[in-house]
Amino acid sequence: MTPLLQVQELRKHFQVSVPEGWRQRKANLRAVDGISFDLHAGQTLGLVGESGCGKTTTARLVLGLTEATQGQVLFNGQPVAAKRDATWRAQRQNMQMVYQNPLGALDRRLNVISQVLEPLVIHGLGDALSRVEQAQDLMASMGLPKPLWQRYPHELSGGQRQRVVLARALILKPSLLVCDEPVSALDVSIQAQVINLLQDVQERMGVAYLFISHDLKVVRQVSDQVAVMYLGHIVEQAPPQPLFSEPLHPYSQALVSSVPSLWQRSNPKRHILQGDPPSPLSLQSGCVFQNRCPHAQAICREVPPRLTPLSSERQVACHLVSEQADMPDAPLESLA
Amino acid sequence: MMRFLVIRFLRGLLTLFLVLSFAFLILRSTGDPAMLIMSADAPPEALEAFRKGWGLDAPLWQQYLGYFKNLAQGNFGYSMRDKSPAMDLVLARIPATLSLALPAFVLKLLIGISAGVYAALHRNTWIDRFLISLSIAGYTMPSFVLGLVLVLVFAVGLGWLPSGGDATWQHAILPVITLSLGGAAVLARFTRSAMLEVMGQSYIRTASAKGLVWRRVVLHHAMPNAAIPTLTVIGFMVGSLIAGAVVVESVFSWPGVGRLLVTSVANRDLAVVQSLLLLVATTMVSANLMVDILYGWIDPRVRSGQAAQGKKA
Amino acid sequence: MTELATHQSHPSVPQVLVSLRGLRVSFGSGASQVQVLHGLDLDVHAGESLGLVGESGCGKSVTWLAALGLLGANAQVQGEFRLAGERFDGLSDKALSLIRGRRIAMIFQDPASALNPVHRIGQQLVEAVSLHKGLRGEAARAQAVRLLDQVHIPNARQRFDAYPHELSGGMNQRVMIAMALAGEPDLLIADEPTTALDATIQAQILDLLSEVRRDQGMAMVLISHDLSVIAQECSRVMVMYAGRAAEIAVTDNLFRTAKHPYTQGLLSCVPDVASPQKRLTAIPGQVPEAGRLPKGCSFEPRCAQSMAQCSGLVPMLSSVALDHQVACFLATP
Repeated sequence: MTPLLQVQELRKHFQVSVPEGWRQRKANLRAVDGISFDLHAGQTLGLVGESGCGKTTTARLVLGLTEATQGQVLFNGQPVAAKRDATWRAQRQNMQMVYQNPLGALDRRLNVISQVLEPLVIHGLGDALSRVEQAQDLMASMGLPKPLWQRYPHELSGGQRQRVVLARALILKPSLLVCDEPVSALDVSIQAQVINLLQDVQERMGVAYLFISHDLKVVRQVSDQVAVMYLGHIVEQAPPQPLFSEPLHPYSQALVSSVPSLWQRSNPKRHILQGDPPSPLSLQSGCVFQNRCPHAQAICREVPPRLTPLSSERQVACHLVSEQADMPDAPLESLA
Repeated sequence: MMRFLVIRFLRGLLTLFLVLSFAFLILRSTGDPAMLIMSADAPPEALEAFRKGWGLDAPLWQQYLGYFKNLAQGNFGYSMRDKSPAMDLVLARIPATLSLALPAFVLKLLIGISAGVYAALHRNTWIDRFLISLSIAGYTMPSFVLGLVLVLVFAVGLGWLPSGGDATWQHAILPVITLSLGGAAVLARFTRSAMLEVMGQSYIRTASAKGLVWRRVVLHHAMPNAAIPTLTVIGFMVGSLIAGAVVVESVFSWPGVGRLLVTSVANRDLAVVQSLLLLVATTMVSANLMVDILYGWIDPRVRSGQAAQGKKA
Repeated sequence: MTELATHQSHPSVPQVLVSLRGLRVSFGSGASQVQVLHGLDLDVHAGESLGLVGESGCGKSVTWLAALGLLGANAQVQGEFRLAGERFDGLSDKALSLIRGRRIAMIFQDPASALNPVHRIGQQLVEAVSLHKGLRGEAARAQAVRLLDQVHIPNARQRFDAYPHELSGGMNQRVMIAMALAGEPDLLIADEPTTALDATIQAQILDLLSEVRRDQGMAMVLISHDLSVIAQECSRVMVMYAGRAAEIAVTDNLFRTAKHPYTQGLLSCVPDVASPQKRLTAIPGQVPEAGRLPKGCSFEPRCAQSMAQCSGLVPMLSSVALDHQVACFLATP
């Protein structure tokens, strides 16, 4: 089965001016630097990483909101348009986005039901009556009862607003929903509500999610596959269970061990990364993670590791792990 | 930073050029210096001779180029009234204007900033509301109205102060007050909002939490940050030190640059007007440039060439 | 699953360092007055780490801002506060400033905006050192550099002259911690210190806070909305809801035998990395607005186990076990 979404060797570089003493130096900011992944219909791919890793840029590339420097994004086998032409607009019906800040995503002057049915108007679907009905049905199924329909965004709570944003995104029945930190601004108890809602919607409507978050706990909860990003690269990809119980890439190990658990004491020998992430401006050969990697070797400084499959489900971009793969009997603890 | 300043400087030059060109064209398109400077019933031949003598009969573009050519050589032209060098006339008036403008500027700063800071620190109390209303009154009232009212009250009514001319230092009191109040009102309003914005910031809370006394928090932590946006307004005030006195000088018959501007425009005394405008525009442009430099000095984020990045890491 | 190691459980009761009694806070005046804290009682013992957890509107930050007099003129604060037995409520700002930083220090969320952008970090540190230790000039500077070393800022001497915007969020938070340590306080209040930071930096900062606390023998109050952070760092936890305490217990007991339905709800709605994946049990409804609290128990409208009396009376905190108090009619009939 062709995957719904195929991202191939995607790169996005920005030209920036970096002040250097009196002058400005032109530099290349490699926000996304060669990532590839597939997303199948009805599945969720979690994209996780810290600030500056390129996950939001990836979201924009996938949706065609910005043009790739290299590589391509295929949606249903067709390349995603990056110019705002008729093809691009037509593709909007199939792919939508949900952001972190629901108040900013909604128009303050329109009541919420008008905003939910607006996409139908824009794409000329149905008549006035059927649009209202569709909006009403959808909103009710998402936990937004009738009294709320005529209200304005600022009259709703954070969780309710996010449901409105979701309803607006789903009314066109898209097959892909890109969620960029959809629950980060919500209270914990509301987060749970929205996460459950997202999962219900996926079951009912078969929507695929590209779920972007810095919160590993949430990503683990919702994803079928998780891709860990660092400085524009995917360093590891695996289903949540193996990734969180046995992360292979040194960065994933550090990331996973940095998440505190309610029930388990943190291992005092856990991998705490020293220092700050380097800037995506600095050019260096080899692996992007070498500066903070406790196991960096000579080869890591020369050759950038490629994302290689270790099994049908796991991929890692690390020289040391790939070596390990060639020696399946050697214990993985030698990396710890 | 250097590059930034060089660009600003070039822009300043461009501004000067545009100001002068605009004035040049407008002045020569309206009104006739000949008729205005010589009396209206002078014989036509005299008027013609006047025009010819001053090169006013040449095509406009020729006059225009001629003007800038002269300017490049440091020749600012001559007054059509008394044939003295235009720039000398202008420069001679500067001390008179400054003797009003400088005290007024100091007063603006003192009154405006203290009122603004006080109002911000006592937000929503009656004194804050009172100060806001005062400042609204201050900057909505045209300065000539304020001047005339002061004259009516203090000169005519009470007889305490003279109403016009520049004979003694007492003559300067009313014009300085008139000149300063409008600016003080604007500055007060501006300072108040800048302070309010700053006081709501997280670092003020940190400073208090550190154990610093309130006075230190306000003076040492809040005010330097509030100064940054206020600097723009102050820079504008410095820039208009010379030209801002036009109305006040007229109301109080003060023989400064402003009066000269009014009379020479009325007379279409072209070279004098252009020299005045050149002076005013230069002052304004330099003041703006100074503000840009000061910004870099006060706000380290500007110095690094980047606004504070809200990055997580 | 590894056993949760018991944190310092004292056979003898450690002395109470700070006690807050009957803390009430309101904002605004007249018709628009809103009460956000409704009579909170809280004890912090010397050297302990207490977690304060709750969602938006619960008043966890307001509690300490009120105690330290940092809320501003718009707030009305009532209550009895004691530091080592002596009262400090109702003190003038000047008198309170002697406590702030010196006895009780506070660090905040979002370190980038919590440091003055126009002062160098060294300067801001020296200010704290001069104030609390009376040092000047070179001595003050040396002490400031020592503090930067203590919080593991590499190249402390060079970084001394940096501005906040030239440092990363993690670095800035370390500077904040160094500033808080300048006065060698008895209690450090950390208000969501890692919320604005990346996950790996969060781990670094939490580690640093533990280390610093142990080295100085300080008590710490860690305020967070993140239960798992609290679980790792604190020996005792107070759960707050809508301006009141819902449950207070030693960490182990809170998580294993939570009695308040809200606490139970929180525990089952947070996805946990160490537990198998399962559907979250969300708490229905949302936190009530401060000015529109329901009559009776604030949590009642969302509570699956509410009884008749819950909508009529406000439950008070009472003991259900040693070092375990709950404000719930169900738990304490």
